[in-house]
Amino acid sequence: MKLLVCVKRVVDYNVKIRVKPDGSGVELANIKMSMNPFDEIAVEEAVRLKEQGKATEIVAVSIGPQQAGETIRTALAMGADRGILVKTDATVEPLAVAKILAKVVEQEKPDLIIMGKQAIDDDANQTGQMLAALLGWPQGTFAFKVAVGEGSIDVTREVDGGLQTVGLKLPAIVTTDLRLNEPRYASLPNIMKAKKKPLDETSPETLGVDVAPRLKVVKTAEPGGRKAGVKVGSVAELVQKLKVEAGVL
Amino acid sequence: MTTLLFAEHDNAHLKDATHKALSAAKALGAPVHVLVAGSNARAAAEAAAKLEGVEKVLLADAAPYEHQLAEPTAALIVSLAGSYDALVAPATSKGKNVMPRVAALLDVMQVSDIIKVLSPDTFERPIYAGNAIQTVQATDAKKVITVRTAAFPAAGEGGSAPIEAVGPADDSGLSSFKGEEIAQNDRPELTSAKIIISGGRSLGSADAFKQYIEPIADKLGAAMGASRAAVDAGYAPNDWQVGQTGKVVAPDLYIAVGISGAIQHLAGMKDSKVIVAINKDEEAPIFQVADYGLVGDLFTILPELKEELTKAGQ
Repeated sequence: MKLLVCVKRVVDYNVKIRVKPDGSGVELANIKMSMNPFDEIAVEEAVRLKEQGKATEIVAVSIGPQQAGETIRTALAMGADRGILVKTDATVEPLAVAKILAKVVEQEKPDLIIMGKQAIDDDANQTGQMLAALLGWPQGTFAFKVAVGEGSIDVTREVDGGLQTVGLKLPAIVTTDLRLNEPRYASLPNIMKAKKKPLDETSPETLGVDVAPRLKVVKTAEPGGRKAGVKVGSVAELVQKLKVEAGVL
Repeated sequence: MTTLLFAEHDNAHLKDATHKALSAAKALGAPVHVLVAGSNARAAAEAAAKLEGVEKVLLADAAPYEHQLAEPTAALIVSLAGSYDALVAPATSKGKNVMPRVAALLDVMQVSDIIKVLSPDTFERPIYAGNAIQTVQATDAKKVITVRTAAFPAAGEGGSAPIEAVGPADDSGLSSFKGEEIAQNDRPELTSAKIIISGGRSLGSADAFKQYIEPIADKLGAAMGASRAAVDAGYAPNDWQVGQTGKVVAPDLYIAVGISGAIQHLAGMKDSKVIVAINKDEEAPIFQVADYGLVGDLFTILPELKEELTKAGQ
């Protein structure tokens, strides 16, 4: 079984982002970038499937600027076999990402695609579902557990209220939730080896995909702040204040 | 100009997320039809028909929609989409699963998780875990939108819309329902509760949640939540997680117990009306957003709180 994993280069999750004063976006210059954490979980799951002998090859694909190649190298260091960089400096919305990935899928013909349920920059939570729609494939979103069978896959999903298990015919798409696994750190020897793994480059134009945005970003602003309130000295005082002052009890 | 709202329900009951998403749908300014896709879901459709400001309820009552799996449900919505200018759903796990599939099939870029409607095509939505708010204008002729329910009030009742049968659309048969583990209890749902008490990793065990958090929740009729750290540690179930990647909530009262206040968690609860923080570390970031802070050991404070609530007649 051939696997495709999709990885996005985003602002590192430990970085506290700043909105540009002119409202034109978020400050990205000289900021630490990393692989989207949900995509790390996707790569880890793919690597585990290969280690279990259920997958034969893992292809990691990323769409973004030249530096997105580094994100692919991270996936290669974790255990992916080769990479494809769809190089563009444009902002690519989830729908366009899904269209690009659909073209890559046409060429690569994977049996299973694994990707993060959302990227922690735009928080859109769309690409996996959109790609599934464009390909006419079933989708197992927000995966908590996956079990690969013969021509099918069972995906246990994190849903409101608990867990739901769906059976999907392969080929299929899985998007990862937080607790699917704990991603490994790439070891130094593996990081070195990853430098020799093949990484092909293409572009949205070569693949024939129009990435013109459909959403016009009017402005980006700081969220409304919330001020610190008061410290109370005792539980009795707290209950009193909640009852009388705040009126919520 | 009509808007179609995809209802959240469990066949027997309409969920509060629908009431809230309806407020957002109505803000688009067009008449609203509500789609109830389910199996033996007439009760949910009848509840939807009573909502204030609903012009018509569409009921797709067929086996493939029992669990509203993405593939058949998206096909159904797409089959109805021709008559609508906007397709709206609450950003629940079902809405988030189905709507992007609908959007892609219609070649529309979805607007996810809106928190404000500025005009029929312009919306505010949080990005970077709520650390920035983006105003976006959707240029596609049709709009596909999911709604962050915590940001909108619940629409009231008082309507009496007609119910019309629709569908079913073709089912590709690519997916099947295999089972579910849904927690059964009498507590309010996290996303619609008026009061929430959440615990963090400092609780130290699942037993501590039961012993210290649960009695207070019982007393207040509150829902129980947890930080990601507590969920990851196995102290609380997955679906209790409050935060950007879990549930986003905005109750009247949010009590954070032993939660330090990571950005990720704050993103999920900072729109609560009143926030109470109980933490032994007085420097914990949670105090920067709390209206009332109490510094101390939660294992002594919580039993005391229970006492005081009893005294206060709760």
